[in-house]
Amino acid sequence: MEPLERYRPIVDEFESFLAACERPLGNAVRVNTIKASVERATAALEDEGVEFERASWNPRVLRLETDSPGSTWSSVHGFTHGQEEVSAVPPIVLDPQPGERVWDCCGAPGGKATQIAALMDDRGTVVANDNNLGRISALRFNAERLGATSLAVTNADARNYSLKPFPFDAFDRTLVDAPCSCEGTIRKNPDALDDWSEGHLHSVAGIQKGILRRAIQTTREGGTVVYSTCTFAPEENEAVVQHAIENEPCRVVDFDLDLEYAPGLREWNGETFDPTLERAARIYPHHNDTGGFFVAKLEVTAE
Amino acid sequence: MTDDEAGGTQNDGQRFDRLPTTAAERTVEGRASRREVLEYFGDRFGISPETFDDYTFWEKGAGKIWIYAGEASSPVEIEAIGMTCLRTRQEHWKPTTDFVQRFGRHASECVIELEPEAARRFVAGEDQELEWDGDWGYLVVAHELAGDLEPIGVGLYVHGELRSMVPKGRQRVL
Ligand SMILES: C[S@@+](CC[C@H](N)C(=O)[O-])C[C@H]1O[C@@H](n2cnc3c(N)ncnc32)[C@H](O)[C@@H]1O
Repeated sequence: MEPLERYRPIVDEFESFLAACERPLGNAVRVNTIKASVERATAALEDEGVEFERASWNPRVLRLETDSPGSTWSSVHGFTHGQEEVSAVPPIVLDPQPGERVWDCCGAPGGKATQIAALMDDRGTVVANDNNLGRISALRFNAERLGATSLAVTNADARNYSLKPFPFDAFDRTLVDAPCSCEGTIRKNPDALDDWSEGHLHSVAGIQKGILRRAIQTTREGGTVVYSTCTFAPEENEAVVQHAIENEPCRVVDFDLDLEYAPGLREWNGETFDPTLERAARIYPHHNDTGGFFVAKLEVTAE
Repeated sequence: MTDDEAGGTQNDGQRFDRLPTTAAERTVEGRASRREVLEYFGDRFGISPETFDDYTFWEKGAGKIWIYAGEASSPVEIEAIGMTCLRTRQEHWKPTTDFVQRFGRHASECVIELEPEAARRFVAGEDQELEWDGDWGYLVVAHELAGDLEPIGVGLYVHGELRSMVPKGRQRVL
């Protein structure tokens, strides 16, 4: 927990933040509406005697009271997919529509890519990319298990991505669920902070900036780019978005989210950020009893 | 939607090629056509061809057919395009577990319904002796879940035995 001390000045109720970070996380699942409606999936769980609670902010997110959420008929049929509750936030902010062309540029193992396909009623094109071939096999497995027929998988570095395989030259929406220092996953992986260093934050921030830049370039004017991480470090969040708005044609926009969260920061360690960064969301573990996440929504503007 | 086929006369294992609409338009030896695929799903399982109006079919590797709802150029070299749905280029074509789970609800023939215990054995990957007076060969295996019939996967029925074709990674002990 040591590295988290640096966030004392920016996190309200810091002690309850720390206490929440110490508590293990429950088993959340997302209902995969490609294969079953929420009614059907919950009826199947009830039929099997699996107890669950519905997340107040989203009808498709359930908290299961079982230690083996994978050993249910609902899971066999792909009605439900194990996915951390806050991890369902970025696709909802992205708000993809049926028939659109959407790029999930850091897509493996596919929790969010399949959620995007489901939000589009599995109609349109979802390109799920990852540069890590090993993680691609998990992505493919999940996509097929969940029945996502609108999803294509590519294996490339997002920073110099080419749209050549596709008969269009821009996406309508892009999700950048960036590789990060993962501080916000501490409740799931107690060793998440073991290799923490400030140097690491800065090197991964360089990658994040490169990926976000390419995401904006490949998204059409008027299109949407969502930038998210599962970390608290402003170096990887506000500073990355700040870099994007200074260097690429885009602006930070508002969004509605029925969860408790804090606004994005205006400054950190002497660096100031554009006032629009306050439109981003910092979701802390003590807010909704979840993991931690950062989400910013961008609109691509004219050059 | 039209299916056109670009490229050479050899099947290339590294890339996806869209299936030709009919056998007459075929340029690659042994490749199934879209029409043959629709006929197979219709004849064997009673799935009406309109079910697939918004989908294209692709081949990667000899005989592995993929079903896709999105846009892509053909041929295309990527990791995956939609989902694998069918294995052709063998005497008896074989649908995949994932396809049957996704589209099996449209099937009206060659669907076998299992009792709860038999369904559990099937999803655990076990073969079992069962009565079935329909066709032999690949079947859609289903069970009742929360008041509705739900397809689990593909079984091979021969000589009074139902063999589970559920791949290892999808088997579960429930
Ligand atoms: C936070 S994870 C994505 C999780 C995924 N969105 C999900 O919901 O299942 C970040 C991913 O980015 C990938 N990645 C890292 N650097 C990348 C790069 N330069 N280009 C593309 N992907 C990259 C990693 O392999 C990792 O799978």
